[in-house]
Formats: sequence, C-alpha cells, structure tokens
Amino acid sequence: MVAHADTRVVHRGGSKINFRAPVITQDSRFLICVSGECIKVFSTSTEECIHHLQGHKELVTGLVLNPSNHLQVFSCSEDGTIRLWDFTDGILIRVTLLHLKTPSTLHSVPGKRNNCEGCSRGHQCYMHLCYGIIYLCVDYLTSCALCSQGEYVASVKDNVLHVYFLNKKTFYRFALGTSGEMAARNAFTCVACHPKDDCIATGHGDGKIRLWRNFNQEKEYTFSTVHWHHSGVNALCFTPEGTNLLSGGLESVLVQWRYGQEGQKDFLPRLGSSIKEIVVSPDGSLFCTSHTDNKITVIKNCTKVSAVIQGLVHGDGVKTALMVDPRTKALVLNGKPGHLQFYSLQRDQQLYNLDIVQQEYINQSNLDQFEVVKAALDSRGSWLATVEQRSAKEVEISLKLWAFDEHTQSFVLNTTISAPHDGPISEICFSPSSQNSTTLVSVSLDGHFKAWQLTQPDPSDDEEASWSCDFVGDYHSLEPKCCCFSADGSLLAVSFKEVVTVWSPASWDLLTTLSQPPGAIQDLCFGRLSCSKYLLGATDKNLCCWNLLTCSLEWSTALDVSLLLADPLSENVAAFCGAEKTTDLFVFRPSEPRPHFSQQALCTGRVTRAVFAPRDEPLDGCEESSQWLNRSQLYFLTHNMELLTFLTKPEEERLMALSKQVAVLKKHKQEFLHTSCLLFISLFISQFALTLSAIMTLVLSILT
Amino acid sequence: MGEFKVHRVRFFDYMPSAISAMAFNVHTERLAVARADGTVEIYNFADNCFQEKVIPGKDGRTVEALCWAGQRLFSTGLNGEIVEYDLENLRSKYTVEAYGGPVWTISSNSQGTQLAVGCEDGTVKIFELVEDSIQFQSNFDRLKSRVLSLSWHPSGTQIAAGTMDMIRVFNVTTGHATQRMMVDRAAGANKKKEVAVWSVVFLSDNTVISGDSAGKVQVWDSQMGTLIRTHLVTKWDVMALAVSRDESSLLAGTSEGSVVQFQFISARLDQPDKEWQRTRTLRSHSHDVRALVHTDTAAVSGGNDAHLVVRPFMEKVVKGSKESAPCKITFPHRSLVSCGKKAGILLFQFPERLEVWRLGESNENGEELSVTKKPEALIHLKRKGDDHICCSTLSPCGGWLAYASASSVRLFQLQYDNDSIALTKVEMGPLHVLLWFVFFVPHYLPSPSPPPPEVSKQAVHLMSTSDDGQWLATANSDCEVHVYNLKKLKYHCTVPVYGSCPSAMAIHPTGSNVVMVHADQKIFEYSLEQKEYTEWSRSLAKKGLHGSWLNRVAPVTHVSFSASNPDYIILHDMNMFCIIDKSLPLPEKDSDLVGAETQLISNSSVFPSVFKNLLCVGLMEDHSLVVVERPLLDIATRLPAPVRQKKFAT
Repeated sequence: MVAHADTRVVHRGGSKINFRAPVITQDSRFLICVSGECIKVFSTSTEECIHHLQGHKELVTGLVLNPSNHLQVFSCSEDGTIRLWDFTDGILIRVTLLHLKTPSTLHSVPGKRNNCEGCSRGHQCYMHLCYGIIYLCVDYLTSCALCSQGEYVASVKDNVLHVYFLNKKTFYRFALGTSGEMAARNAFTCVACHPKDDCIATGHGDGKIRLWRNFNQEKEYTFSTVHWHHSGVNALCFTPEGTNLLSGGLESVLVQWRYGQEGQKDFLPRLGSSIKEIVVSPDGSLFCTSHTDNKITVIKNCTKVSAVIQGLVHGDGVKTALMVDPRTKALVLNGKPGHLQFYSLQRDQQLYNLDIVQQEYINQSNLDQFEVVKAALDSRGSWLATVEQRSAKEVEISLKLWAFDEHTQSFVLNTTISAPHDGPISEICFSPSSQNSTTLVSVSLDGHFKAWQLTQPDPSDDEEASWSCDFVGDYHSLEPKCCCFSADGSLLAVSFKEVVTVWSPASWDLLTTLSQPPGAIQDLCFGRLSCSKYLLGATDKNLCCWNLLTCSLEWSTALDVSLLLADPLSENVAAFCGAEKTTDLFVFRPSEPRPHFSQQALCTGRVTRAVFAPRDEPLDGCEESSQWLNRSQLYFLTHNMELLTFLTKPEEERLMALSKQVAVLKKHKQEFLHTSCLLFISLFISQFALTLSAIMTLVLSILT
Repeated sequence: MGEFKVHRVRFFDYMPSAISAMAFNVHTERLAVARADGTVEIYNFADNCFQEKVIPGKDGRTVEALCWAGQRLFSTGLNGEIVEYDLENLRSKYTVEAYGGPVWTISSNSQGTQLAVGCEDGTVKIFELVEDSIQFQSNFDRLKSRVLSLSWHPSGTQIAAGTMDMIRVFNVTTGHATQRMMVDRAAGANKKKEVAVWSVVFLSDNTVISGDSAGKVQVWDSQMGTLIRTHLVTKWDVMALAVSRDESSLLAGTSEGSVVQFQFISARLDQPDKEWQRTRTLRSHSHDVRALVHTDTAAVSGGNDAHLVVRPFMEKVVKGSKESAPCKITFPHRSLVSCGKKAGILLFQFPERLEVWRLGESNENGEELSVTKKPEALIHLKRKGDDHICCSTLSPCGGWLAYASASSVRLFQLQYDNDSIALTKVEMGPLHVLLWFVFFVPHYLPSPSPPPPEVSKQAVHLMSTSDDGQWLATANSDCEVHVYNLKKLKYHCTVPVYGSCPSAMAIHPTGSNVVMVHADQKIFEYSLEQKEYTEWSRSLAKKGLHGSWLNRVAPVTHVSFSASNPDYIILHDMNMFCIIDKSLPLPEKDSDLVGAETQLISNSSVFPSVFKNLLCVGLMEDHSLVVVERPLLDIATRLPAPVRQKKFAT
C-alpha cells in the first residue's frame, strides 16, 4: 500500500491558543497568539479572528512585536525559521532560516543592535538577532524572562533560578531547599522581571511568590516572600510601569499585588479556569489571561472581563463520542468539566457551552466530580441525550434528555432520569427514524438495554411531553456492550459478549442472533445506502460482515479494530486499527472486503474518537483514492487530544491560491505605495475587511 | 550496652518565664536576657551561646529594658528604678530611683558615658556614668505622654524618643525637641486608639525607623521630619526593632511571632541610591516577639513563648558550619533536678518553691511497664523572703535538702516515717554537714586553707563532689576548674584552663578522675591523683571528636557514671542522652553516623528519638535510669493564647 500523495493529515482548527503567552499590540486593538502551525490575530474588542497567519510548517513557539515597527510581529517555530509578518494585513514579509529546531521563545530589547551574536551555557542558548530581538532556546526550562533593558535573562528549572547577564557574560545560580518534601513544594514554576527595578519575581509550586533582589551577588542576594495562592503559581507579570504585579494559578483568580506594598492586593475572581499566562498591554489598560481550557480572557481596566476568546477545550479526555450537530454543523464533545461544547470547525471557534451537570465545579484534587460520559444527538438535532456519572463509592448515573428550543436556539432540559440503569451505561443511541416519535436506546453493563420514548401527556394536563421507559431487553443475562440502529431505523443490533442480537424496534421482537466467536464484540455498525443490508461487527481480533438478508457471515478479516465509523452520506466505512504504537486507517465499502483507501501509521497512539463531518458542498476533482472524502470530512482525536483531519489536494490548491492572491495583492500594494497615486486604495483595503476576491476584483479593475 | 529500667518522669511542670528584654554587647559578645520574673541571664556568643551567668530574680522586680554601657549592665523596670548588676557576684549592685514613675526604656550612648531613660510621666532623663554609680544629669522637655522607646544617634548628639502617636527628636546638649513626627493611627475601628511607638532606631544617616502598635514599620527623615516609607508588616503590634552594626539590615519583631527583615538595598543593581526593602520573614515564635538583637551573623529573638531563638543569616556564615545551625534555647543550661540516688526521690527546683517526689514503681518486665505504684509528691517547700531560689540539692540518701537564694542558704533534714515525712530546719552549723551536698552558690565555698592565689573573681557555676567525699571540684565562668581535698580541707590542684566554659562536670566514683564537658562539646578527663589528663582523654584529644557530635547546638548539662561498669559515662543535653563506653575504640572522624544508635565519640549509644526535651538523666542506685522530660507542647499549652491569625482552610 502506498502513501497517498494527494491527501495529507493536518491540524485543522481546535489547536491550542494558550500554548504561549499572547501578544497585545501597541495600540491594544489586536491580540496575536500562536495556534498550532499558524498565528491568529484577534480583535480585543470584538473577539473576532481577523487573520490567520499561515506559513510555518511546524508548531509556532514564540512571538514578539518588532521593536522597530510596531505593526509587525516576529514568530519562531520548530521548523527552524523566524518569520516577520505584517499582522494588520496578514502578510508574510521576511523568512530567516536558523536551522535550530528546538522549542524557543523570542524577546525584544530596546535599542538597535545590528550585531548577531550567540552564546550558550549548559542547555541554554541565547542569540541576539539583528532586529533587536533575542532568541532563547527553552527546551530544558520551566520558564524564562528577559529584563526590559535586555541586561539579563532569568530562567527557572526545578529548584534553581539562573540569572545570566548577557553583556557581562556572567552567570548566577540560586537554589532553594532541595531536600525531601521541601523540594517538590519549592520548585519554581514561573518567572517575571520588573520593568524598572532590578527585581525578579518567581512563582513556586507551594503558591508562594518570591521577589529577588541583589541577584548579582553570590551570597548577599536577598528575597522576600508573599503568599496567597494555595496551589502553584502558574503565571506572573508586572504592569508596564512596574507598580503592580499580577499573578494567577489554579484558583482562576487574578491577583494584583502592589509592588513595594505587597500586603495590599486586589482580586479578580471567577475567571472560569486555571490561569496559564498573563500579559499586559503596553499602555497597561488591558490584561490578558490565557487559561488551561484554551481560552484567552481580555480584562479591561483591571476589573472587567471585556472579551473571551475560546478555542476548542482540550479537557482531560473526551468521554463522549465525537458528534456533529446537524443544525449548526458544529462538533459536539466534552468541554469544561460537566459541559458539552459546540465547536464550529468551519469558523474554528466555539459556538457555545451547554452545562449538563449544572453543579458548581469545585477545584480540588481527589474529589469525585460528575462527568458527562455519553451523549447522543438525534438525526435532526432536535433531541440531545446525555449521561452523567460519578464513580464515588457507588456509581451515580443520570440520563438527561434535552429538547432543542427554536426560540432560544439552544437545548433545554426536558427529562431527567436518575438511576436509569443499575450499572454504568456503555452506549446510547437514537433511532434515525424520520417520524416525530424517536426512540433512545441505552445499553448498560447491568445486563439490560432499555428503550426510551417520548410520551405525549394528556391534553388536559398542562405538562409537556416527557421521556419514559418503553422496553427493557436482555439476552441470557449477558453483558451488552454496544448498540446500533440501521439507517432506516427498522432494525436495532445489540451486542451481548460474542453474540449480536437483532431486534425490531417496532414490536421489540428478537429477530435473529449472529455470532462469530471467539472474542466479544467491541463495535457495531450498519452499512448505509446501498450497503444497508450489511452489519459490521468488530471483535478485538476480527472484523466481520454479516448479510442481514441471509443472516450469514459475508466475510471476515483479522484486524484489531479500535473504532468503526460509517459515513452517513456514502457507503464508506472507516476502520481505525490499533497497531503496536500507531494507528492505521482503512476505508472500505461493506459490500467488498477490499479497502479502497488505507493509510498506515496515521498517528501515534490509539484513535478511539472520530467523526464524519458532512461538507457544505461536495468536493470535486479528487483523485480516485480520495473520492471518499467528497461528501464528508473525517476528523479524529489522537490520544493527546489533537484534532486531526485529511486535507485533499484540491483543498490545498485552493489554500495556495488564496495565499498567492495575498502575495499579488501585496505586490500591487507596494507599487501603489511607490507611485503614491493610489494611496487611498491601500488604506481603504486595510481598513475595511472586504473579502479577498472583492479586493482582487477591485485591484484588477484599478489596474485595467 | 546493657538494659535499663527507665523512669520516664513528666510531672515536673517547669515553666520558663517570658523574655522581656535583651541587650547585646558587641565587644564582649555577651547577650543579656531579662525574663518576666526578673531573672537576668548572660549568654556568651563567643562560646556557643552558653548560658554563662544567671542573676536570680526577686519578687516585685520586673525588667522592661536592658542596656550595656561598656562592661556595665543596667536595667529598668516598672517599679521606677534603675538597677546596675554586679556580674561577678551575680546580684544587683545598687538601685537608683528615677523619680519619673515607671521607667519604660533605657539606652546608653555609643561612647558609654551617658544613659537616657524614658519615664511614664513623659520625661527623658539623662544620667551620667561615674565610677561605681550613676548620677542624674538633666531632664529633657517634658512630653505629654509616656516615653516608650529611645534611641541615640551614633554621634551622641541627638535622641529619638517614641511616645504615644508621636516620635520626638531631642538635642542632647540643649534638651529641647528639634523635630516632631506624627505617627498615623490604624485605619477602621482602631482609629480612636492611640498608637504606641514601641521601638525606634536612629541611624547615622539621620534616618529614624519606628515600629508601632498599628503594625507599621516607618522610615523617617529626622532632619526634615518627613515620612519616607511605610511598610505595613502585621495587623497587630511591631514590638521590637534591631539594626545591624553596618546599618544595612533591620529586624522587626511582631506580635504574631514573626520577625521581618528589611535590607537597605538599591532598586537598580550597581547604583548607589538605596532604600529599605522588606525581604525575609522568620517564623520562630508562637507568641509576641518582645526583644530582638541583630548580631553580625544572626537574628536573636525572644518573646512571650520563652524561647531564645538564634537564627543565623545564611549569607553571613559558612554553610554546614556550626554557626549556620539555628538554635533554640528553652531550658537553662544548668540542672533544676537533683536525684536522691539511694532513696529513689527527686527534687525539683522552681523559682519560688521546691518539690520532692518519690518515683513510681513497677513489678513487670518488658518493653512498656505499667505503673503499680504512682509517683507521689512528698513535700512542697515554699521559700522565705523575696529572692528567688537560685540553686538546690538533695543528698544521695535523700535525708538532707538544701537551697540557696541570693541572700541566704537553708538546710533541711528529711525524715521518712512510713507515710509521714518530717522536715526539720537545721541551723547552719559545722562544716562537715556539707560534705554530701553540691551547692552552686557563688563564692560560697567552705573556704579551706588559702585558695590558690590566681583564682578569678568570677562566680562558681558548677560544683561536684566525689562519692567518697574526698574531692570537690568547682568551675567558674572564667573556665577555671579548681579541685579541693575536702578531707584535708585544702586546695588540691587546678585543671589546665581550656578556652571554653565547662557546661557539665563530675568526679568518677572510683577512679578519682574528673570528667568535664565544655560548651564547645569537647570532653576531657583529668586524673586528680596524677594531676594530668588521663590516657583516654589524650587519645580523644589527639583523634578529635566526630563532626556530628561537635556540631550539636545544645550543651551537655549533666555527666554521671554507671556503678556497674566504671567505663560508662552517661551524658545528656536537651535533645538526647548518650552513654560512652571508654573501653571501645574511637570511631573514624569522617565515618558516617546515621540512625538512632550511632557511635559518636567512642562506642556510645545515643537515644535522640526516644527521649526529647530532657531536663535531667540520672542513674539510680538500683541501676534504673530516671529521665525527666518537659515536652515543649506542655509548655505551649500553658501559655496564654497567641493573637488570632487567619489560617488558610480553617
């Protein structure tokens, strides 16, 4: 099997915007942040993403404003390049090759230095570049900070603070108690330098903040300690004048300390989740906190949250399946603890959060919280079923059903069923029938599966329709694992260990049983469209295909399938197969046991969550091997919570064309600027967010 | 090493008294500590913080402030008197009435020629030091409220005085106030409460630093009378301030029990303009820090929880050296317990009374024995007069008891008659009665035939007799150990003077050797018959003691011997006791010594983990060990409640 040249696995959307501290522009109008391989420019007032700066081939690791032109930004990446961008127009200006492919950060220093010099000490490497920026390799560091005058770099790692004076090339090392229990609590977590005084603030694992002074002395150095945070301090930042110190951590409280009067402090609580980075705009009017749940909060005047930029929440793990909301085409998955998030892949933006658990989240270790473990949407997107579970001493489960409210355009809780089963629920699914009455099936490890139906109340009562149990099924008191409706909703397949039982939802009769030992069934899936007579089942060793008309095994093959997924818009079925450490993907039609697309070593780790997202308009011009991506796009989550997808050649070409347009535009713009006859056009272009094609037609019409 | 039946005694409810004032003499490196009961203790910082002298207190005398003027030590108290102490005879030399009501503070100028006292009636009085006395010189302008704190400018021309709500600066020659600096009151509900300026410090650059009852440490310019900087340190009071000799570091003691350090450092590196920045916070106390001293290498603090804490600054000392170990002194460095070895009774000494207890008994064998007969208190003996008991002793047979105060010595005979005990006061008669006793009475020696001519005038702080009553050894704070022959009643010899003060001493019951342990943890054995160090002592000196023994901070306070094995020496300090077996070879100097049963000097056992906070370890006649413990927790629970502090998650 050959690697397919016309498709490529890429990060599309949902990448981390909290990986590095964002940058606020000089005029506080824009917020620039890294986002995987691209850089995003947001408006601080409208939360809108204005530009995607694309060009880096690897993870972007550092951002800094150009000290000599505040409308430009430098970025560095693991691909070993430093790029200079015009962020107002979204144009790449210059690429510098460094050949250093380590995680690094960029810092700016005042004063123009035209020499390019580098030095390294141990695992740390500092490099002055010609543009007045300093490039730091941070591979081995917990955190580092550069003094505003560029005299020294403070870096922390474990229990040691290093201060390196760049001009004198002297190096100081300050270690805190490193023995036993103290060592873990003393560990440095972050560092910041005072903009005016020679004072370094460090945060520690036990929640203390130390302010170091006299750090150009081996012995006579001194520090003072302040303590408010109860767990580690994650972020520290001085305001531009150095009058205040901001700190944040797990408590999701922004603490503002008065520099010199550390006893006085102000708090901005309830910021939603643990603070990871803090930055302050150059004029001090805006604070930005980036949070662990992939969120950036913009705080105005030290007191008011004015904007929230939310990326895809990468929680501890996605327990629910990946789903696509048929109404909004949004990806639905676990978000914040106890929430479901609706994430628009097209706009790469979170649409909304739905609070499922509706309980205050208490941030404390060893506390068992309610978690959303299962969720299902019906085919029209009018019903949402969720299962929440808390496994304290005994398992507490409740099943909630949410109806879509046209008026408020969101889901409203309709029915709560507490303890629907005696054991944990292993799967829920809606029947895809297009009639008004839809059925929900829940399968539990207690040996039963239950069918739930919406019952219309008495017209005389004022009550709304609610859900109740319609049927309880079991099979030889075996443990059921998974369930699946056929595309038309006329058949329900439930797997009990090695046995697949096929039921008629209309009468709840057991129609037939299918079995192919050895091995318990792990996943079930009906074929679609012309292949709807086939039922696919995956055990931990085999993939079997049964023909439901003959009730016999059509074919089977030895595969360790971790996930079976049917494309709702075509006959294609995707099977993710876990090899030793990597995952392989096979796409096939159930009618023939031969895959028409396969890719080995898709990613590392096992893929257990994936979804076919229907495209807005079908793609054409694909080669044969990527035809299966015409109607839908396949998204999947790796074990370290990266959302990946396939990019086909036509799509790539379209993107290339877009960036070329930008380049052409830039060229023309420069010509205009040189001749200065049509200066107003460029101003017009930069000030109004017109679509690129509109700009192009405008430019072309002016040229002609 | 042998097994012992151990009496674990915890019924000695000794309470150390709160520390109220401290003064440090930089030249002699002596720290004077005054306690709430009027006791004044002298610690020698050149000799491992050894408690060299104790001047016993007296009813009705409190000490509010202490100060050194050259070699002379003065104190004042709320009884309105200024006291000078006789440091050789360990008693007050004379008292002078200040005629200003209770005296809150005393301070001497850096030249040591004048004393300033601050009185309740708002006057600052200047006394001149003359030979053997002080003489009233002048009164400054009277202030409206009591003078709580005083500080001389190092030049001796100005004095800063802290009163209620205000700091005044006086010109010493004219006696007029030159500046008035108003101190802000606390915000909120305490707005109406006057602020007491508990402490002021006058620096040579004319900066005045004050600590007040609103919890502020404020830096003032005394020439302009303006406030430079305010540091809010605590919600409660800042009770004490101390500045280092080079005026680069300042300590502030608070009612929360923390000590806050400020350092005079520049905001930008390598630039001259400096300011006072708050740096470290030391938390060594549970209660108010009433007194503070800033030595060159350490912060010394004392307060209501009665601990004297020495916290070295790590940047000033060599890491791992003896000076770098923090030190907490709670118990006096002398014995408060005497054992009647033969009778199985214990004598406990309190400042105002003596208690005699009989030990409990048990018939069982095993690891933990249950007490079949409970220990019982036999006698509570109240002292006569105002002077506190300074030493006491019990004869080994338990039949005689004696105690001494600054003014008198009293001797009693105890008669046990089944259940009743008779106590008869014995008139101090013939000298031979004293043969069984050890008295720690300054200069109270049965003056035998002419003492050696070169004997120092310093008070004797240790005495020991041999069991057969032949020898008497005395040690004084000039580190001299003299031995007398009691049978012949004449001076026998002097042990070669060693540079550190003996902290414990005993004469071996059979070998007529005297074993001395010094404050620097060195051990010597001296043969009285040959008048030279014994072979074992010389080999010990040659080989050197192990570092982990020498780096202990608490001095050994008791030496005793085992009757069963003459090679055993039993030593103990506050934290551990150990048994040295002289017959075993010495361990290597750089070998690792880890664990509870380690070899320290010779093959000795140390029991640090089992017994803690030891006041006395003694061996009884029946080969059982008496361990008198006073857990620090018991002391802490009997102290008044500290100021309330919000603790996280409570």
